[in-house]
Amino acid sequence: MVNTRIIPCLDVNNGRVVKGINFVSLKDAGDPVEQAKIYSNEGADEITFLDITATHQKRKPIIDVIEKTAENIFVPLTVGGGVSSVEDMKSFLDVGADKVSLNSAAIKNPELISHGAKRFGNQCIVVAIDAKLVGKKWNVFINGGRIDTKMDAIAWAQKAVSLGAGEILLTSMDRDGTKDGYDLKLTEKIASSVSVPVVASGGVGKLQDFLDGVNIGKASALLAASVFHYKKFSIEDVKRYLNSNGVNVRI
Amino acid sequence: MKKICVIDYDSGNIKSVYNALRMILVGTKNSIVVSSKKEKIKEASHIILPGVGSFNTCIEGLKQKKILNVLEEKVFKSCEPFLGICVGMQMLSTKGFEDGCHSGLNWIPGKVTRIPQINESIKIPHMGWNKLIVKRRDNFIKNIGEKLDLKKNFSAYFVHSYELILEDKNNLILSTEYGGEITAMVKKENIIGTQFHPEKSHLFGLKFLETFIEIN
Repeated sequence: MVNTRIIPCLDVNNGRVVKGINFVSLKDAGDPVEQAKIYSNEGADEITFLDITATHQKRKPIIDVIEKTAENIFVPLTVGGGVSSVEDMKSFLDVGADKVSLNSAAIKNPELISHGAKRFGNQCIVVAIDAKLVGKKWNVFINGGRIDTKMDAIAWAQKAVSLGAGEILLTSMDRDGTKDGYDLKLTEKIASSVSVPVVASGGVGKLQDFLDGVNIGKASALLAASVFHYKKFSIEDVKRYLNSNGVNVRI
Repeated sequence: MKKICVIDYDSGNIKSVYNALRMILVGTKNSIVVSSKKEKIKEASHIILPGVGSFNTCIEGLKQKKILNVLEEKVFKSCEPFLGICVGMQMLSTKGFEDGCHSGLNWIPGKVTRIPQINESIKIPHMGWNKLIVKRRDNFIKNIGEKLDLKKNFSAYFVHSYELILEDKNNLILSTEYGGEITAMVKKENIIGTQFHPEKSHLFGLKFLETFIEIN
């Protein structure tokens, strides 16, 4: 069986990591390439970069980050944030990204998924879904969580996959930043509704949360940002914990 | 001095293969070239064929570059070491059943079919790190083992929806487990193919590529 993947996420603003000030051992605490190196040596199975500047005018810094990272680190790299055209995808893939993550742009123009998948293969196309419980169902939010599309997250995940998404990166807006753990109900619902891998994101605060994400949420991969940035635990800690609880991980 | 040629035929991810090779070759006299020019391929001591995309797009890409003859000369007449990665391995088969039925290069008899989704837990693509299983003892693996503790580092990164089913299991060196047995590495004389991406498989992958380059 394929191992459960542990994916640290780096939020990058103008070519610098936004979080991560606690890396005391680093000369340059905000250098994403150096942080990616540390994660990779700790056993990160993939690394995700989220460009939070993400406007066309400021695209260059994140491209440089991806390029430098890809020259030095030999695990898969995903980049997301503001990707809105096939040309955007190509510019990331050309410098060494392995996957691009589409969010708002895919909602506004679902054909972007199929065009990207056709050109680069399904495995390159991640559809990121920011979901929030509204009443009794989860709605998809866009523009960094500011706009409620009123679309059902499960239906959107299924549609994204039918258009060619090779993976779903699912973030629970209710849990993001709370440290209360992944939204397991939401994750399980989406994971059992689609045939592609689902990456759980948002809310992890303790080791048990990772285990629940796999066992209850049925996620194929677990993404976290702050617990790794602030060294609450290392990727190695997470993997050892999962392994001792019967989850297959690459150690 | 070795000259490695990474075949550039507009398939994705050539940069990653180049980056990994560059890292390995730092401080050596060996060189890498990324090209689809016949002269460059002729000069090469080692050939790497990456592949991202669909079976047929990749085959058509190779045909368009008109380099099949020179590749076959290198592989079957000069018997130079050849490595196909992912779809670059799948194309070595007889037939591919992705988006219809298409002829492959038929260097290693077999067919490429979709990974069966035998239950809900089998997600397609098969994406991520999976353990490697030795199916046949081969010096190639032994040589990697001399560089790296394979008890700890015997996993590689896979991302694919189709798998190569070999006609002759003697060509199967490594497999992995995903619902059933999946071909992970094939070898027939000087022709090697991997379903996994050595260029994305961290230490194991780098040592894999290093071992390939060391073949004389």
